Amino acid sequence: MSDGGAILTGFLAAAVRISTPLLLAATGEMINERAGVINLGVEGAMLAGALASAIGAAAGGPWLGVVAAVLAGVAMAGLFSAAAIGARTDQIITGTAVTLLAVGLTGAIYRRAFGSGGPGLSLPTMGAVPIPGLRAIPVIGPALFEQPALTYVGWVLVPIAWWFLFRSWWGLALRATGESAEAARASGVPVRRVQTLATLGGGALAGLAGATLVLAQVGTFAEKMTAGRGFIAIAIVVLGRWHPVGVLLAALFFGGANALQYAFQAMGLSVPYQLFLVMPYALALLALAGAVGRARAPAGLGR
Amino acid sequence: MSEAPVLELSGISKSFGSVHALRGADFTLHPGEVHALLGENGAGKSTLMHIAYGMIRPDSGEIRIGGRRVVLRSPREAMALGLGMVHQHFTSIEALTVRENIALAVGKGSETPGRWATGGVTGRLMEGLEPGARVERLSVALRQRLEIVKALAIGARILLLDEPSAVLAPSEVEELLALVREFVAAGGSAALITHKLPEVLIAADRVTVLRQGGVTLSAPVAGQTEKSLAEAMIGAARRNFPAPPVVPRGAPGTAPPVTRLSEVPIYAGELIGVAAVEGNGQRELLGAIAAGQGVSGSVSFVPEDRTTEGLVPALSITENMVLGLSEDPRWARGVRLDWNAARARTGELLASFGIRAAGPDAPAATLSGGNQQKVVLARALERRPVVLVAENPTRGLDIQATLEVHQRLRAAAAEGVAVIVYSTDLDEVLELGRRVVVVHAGRVSEAPRGADRRVVGEMMLGVRRGQR
Amino acid sequence: MSKLLGRPLVVGALALAAGFLVLALGLGLAGYDPALSLGALWRGAFGSWYALSSATLVRAVPLIVLGLGVALAFRAGALNIGAEGQFYAGAIAATWVGVHAVGWPAPVAVGAVWVAATVAGVVWIGVPVLLKLRFGVLEVISTLLLNFVAEAAVSYAVTGPLQEARRVYPESDPIAEAARLPLLHDSRLHAGLGVALLLAVALWLLFTRTAWGFRLRAVGLGPRAAEVSGRIPVKRVIAGALLWSGAFAGLGGGIEISGVTYRLFQNLSPGYGFTAIAVALLARLNPLGVIATGLLFGALEAGAQGMQREAGVPAVAVSVAEAVIILVILLAEVLARRATERSVAGLAAEEAA
Repeated sequence: MSDGGAILTGFLAAAVRISTPLLLAATGEMINERAGVINLGVEGAMLAGALASAIGAAAGGPWLGVVAAVLAGVAMAGLFSAAAIGARTDQIITGTAVTLLAVGLTGAIYRRAFGSGGPGLSLPTMGAVPIPGLRAIPVIGPALFEQPALTYVGWVLVPIAWWFLFRSWWGLALRATGESAEAARASGVPVRRVQTLATLGGGALAGLAGATLVLAQVGTFAEKMTAGRGFIAIAIVVLGRWHPVGVLLAALFFGGANALQYAFQAMGLSVPYQLFLVMPYALALLALAGAVGRARAPAGLGR
Repeated sequence: MSEAPVLELSGISKSFGSVHALRGADFTLHPGEVHALLGENGAGKSTLMHIAYGMIRPDSGEIRIGGRRVVLRSPREAMALGLGMVHQHFTSIEALTVRENIALAVGKGSETPGRWATGGVTGRLMEGLEPGARVERLSVALRQRLEIVKALAIGARILLLDEPSAVLAPSEVEELLALVREFVAAGGSAALITHKLPEVLIAADRVTVLRQGGVTLSAPVAGQTEKSLAEAMIGAARRNFPAPPVVPRGAPGTAPPVTRLSEVPIYAGELIGVAAVEGNGQRELLGAIAAGQGVSGSVSFVPEDRTTEGLVPALSITENMVLGLSEDPRWARGVRLDWNAARARTGELLASFGIRAAGPDAPAATLSGGNQQKVVLARALERRPVVLVAENPTRGLDIQATLEVHQRLRAAAAEGVAVIVYSTDLDEVLELGRRVVVVHAGRVSEAPRGADRRVVGEMMLGVRRGQR
Repeated sequence: MSKLLGRPLVVGALALAAGFLVLALGLGLAGYDPALSLGALWRGAFGSWYALSSATLVRAVPLIVLGLGVALAFRAGALNIGAEGQFYAGAIAATWVGVHAVGWPAPVAVGAVWVAATVAGVVWIGVPVLLKLRFGVLEVISTLLLNFVAEAAVSYAVTGPLQEARRVYPESDPIAEAARLPLLHDSRLHAGLGVALLLAVALWLLFTRTAWGFRLRAVGLGPRAAEVSGRIPVKRVIAGALLWSGAFAGLGGGIEISGVTYRLFQNLSPGYGFTAIAVALLARLNPLGVIATGLLFGALEAGAQGMQREAGVPAVAVSVAEAVIILVILLAEVLARRATERSVAGLAAEEAA
């Protein structure tokens, strides 16, 4: 394989790897935003999922870690929905508080469990699961089809989310709830239950995203390791126009932009690393500026 | 009428706080009939129908559907028993398609792979209702038709129509009533809530009249006249309210007009009624005047939505006064605001407008709708406006508050203000307006003097041209 | 009950109690001695003159200044969740000016540092304001995202242009003596406290006595009515509130540099910008209340350090208590609002009948 091909493969593989947690979290957030709930606690749910997956994986292997992460994400979303949906507190501030809570909780638990300062824990990451046949495609095969299992989970969720939203009655009920809770209620939709379940689902996926970060990428936990990925996921939902396929494309775009640094390194270009640090956030801002207004948010979002 | 009634409400009473909305009201609907429920605003007709539909639980009384006594805990239970309600406020979701809205109403069973059925509703009702069209692109009349389609799609055999004509032009009303008659001819039954007498005479078989929560008349429509219905509806109540003062009027034209509505000149001291079908550009035209365009002097605006556009409910009455009068030198001292001065003046206005409130510091949210509207009006007039623009100034108010608002508007005109009132209720426009102006497709024309609702209605639809 | 929930003091006490209860429970569950830990927290905050002046009050200063900024934006209904980023922007600008202020007269140096910090805060929030006005981007998300950009900017500054002369540590050179604030005798408490208190009183006067403050509140509580009936340029008021909010947060960064750290480094702020949200909310967006809640949270953060030293409890655990406090206040507000709505609904029902 030529050098250029190897770089491209490496770039694509990195792009996909980086995009996976974003895709998972954004798909979840898209579902609850379609139900009219904007959950800034997705960052906190992701962080809680990350720590839970580390603890779970250390105790009983990666798949226990995944289960623990999903449960932790659901717990955070549960706290959010108890306040924001159950008692109808302000969604934005509630989400911020839940994220703050998760930062404190994960930090304290992590230090208690693994000590502070030290090297922390090192976990075996999940290996790639090559897909026979597809992996043999030149250049993109090894990039797209030699990924950890959680990446495929993210991809499979895209058509599932699409079918659910646009072809099932409950998906219709969910969209109706997000557009006008009152009208949905008049049609007999159990609005609160739909919103709560959608938010819990979003939390589960955010937890899974946290697990991906720990188990499929970094191999350890660090305080505040999600570093705003949950908030970027919210930007991805806007950029993806609240549509599963749009969200997939937007997540891949973000993954690609981040993966550029590896490509640059591979090409021997030197750029201050802070530039790459900043890129996802700057990109998210640009994307928001370009995307807002062109797509319409659910009319009842945040109310 | 020998068949057993499909819906029977007997001895229904309901109080809200100290107000008795219904006092032992009866209502009986037979198969194959349109039964009009007639009454003034606040007579209790909506409450009665909401009880029949399971939205409100009565304090006492019985509901029978199909002969069986039932206790309704939610609209869903009413739907399951074959009731369908068409609300005044539409319940369809604008961003969804016609088909999706129907599927939503029908419920979980409606999935078929890839698409949803239209609930088996076909024929004339579906005319113009493209299943794939988003509701936001439909006209008001079509949206209302969709409400009926949704009710039928879930298998309603009893339709409760809550003032369906309020938002329609006269010919659209006729079409609607024809559809209702068709439904009834096919074996359904319909209750038609209205406060319009002609509708009852045209479309209904029986009529029940409510006044102050009690039934004053229940009889076949045959043999009734507008006069007999009006008596049952209003009775002696009207006499409790002073007749509006007769306003001496100078001939317009001696002074230059204070503003123009498009080409139509408007003079000081006039009360102009504006009639239009929703979405014909009337709001934009009135908005421009309200913003002061084409007027020399101050303009006041009474927006339709009291609690989101007129007032900030969380602020006190005084603060709401200052909100609309922030540059008034009585309290605006440079950058400083003299709250004591504002509070004192607000107290005076509360007294002179007869506004019932705990005091000038009470949050606007604690006022009743009528008193809120009086606050808005007091503030609007406090500006000493040359022109006063009001949109649906009595929406949702009870009869007494409505009369008071009308009186205030007439009095303002008598004092020389050019008052422009737009109302979706054509009767209100005709009752208030000394001149009536019609907006159709953004074009303004004046109705001939003394034009009745048929003439004005045709102008609203563009069928007839007005002057200018 | 519902009447009580309308009273800020009752709600505040309730929220505090809940926060500490959750903290104590959590500490107990995690195997710490809650009594010992909370005792250490108290000693860390109020245990000595040094703890009070040099830990609690020093930490209260940025919390008050940032809390005022957050309250200002929230009053207008604009949710500035980016005070952290604006604080950092202010700190960077302050350091840049401060290291160059060698030999300047002290008032000039301090003034220049603060002006630079304030301007930087305004510029930093200017981006979200522009995005909101031009493209309708929710300020919540944009201010939030810029926090991370600001942290990266600090990281760049202290390893690049502002790195100390020897190029060893990721921190800046200390700012010039002239740009440093005078300290209270025998403590680390600096003159910034006076500035914070003055700002709070000034803002309180503006909020309660002027048309500007009234417009802000009207826009925050009823934007449609403010526009339609008040003829207030709502967008402009919101943009102005956000810019002022950024100015406060930026100045907060400048005061921290000139009064406490004298140099820029990463993690300069232990999350002041987020705690400031709790400070503002607990104060019910009242500037005088912000003084009290700023002191309270300053004590909490100072105590957290004491707790970590004495009882080995991670200091971050305190943000759990902060989050609980925010949630309880939100809940109390909803309950109080519902009580009013119920009485209003009764009236509305009477009319509908």
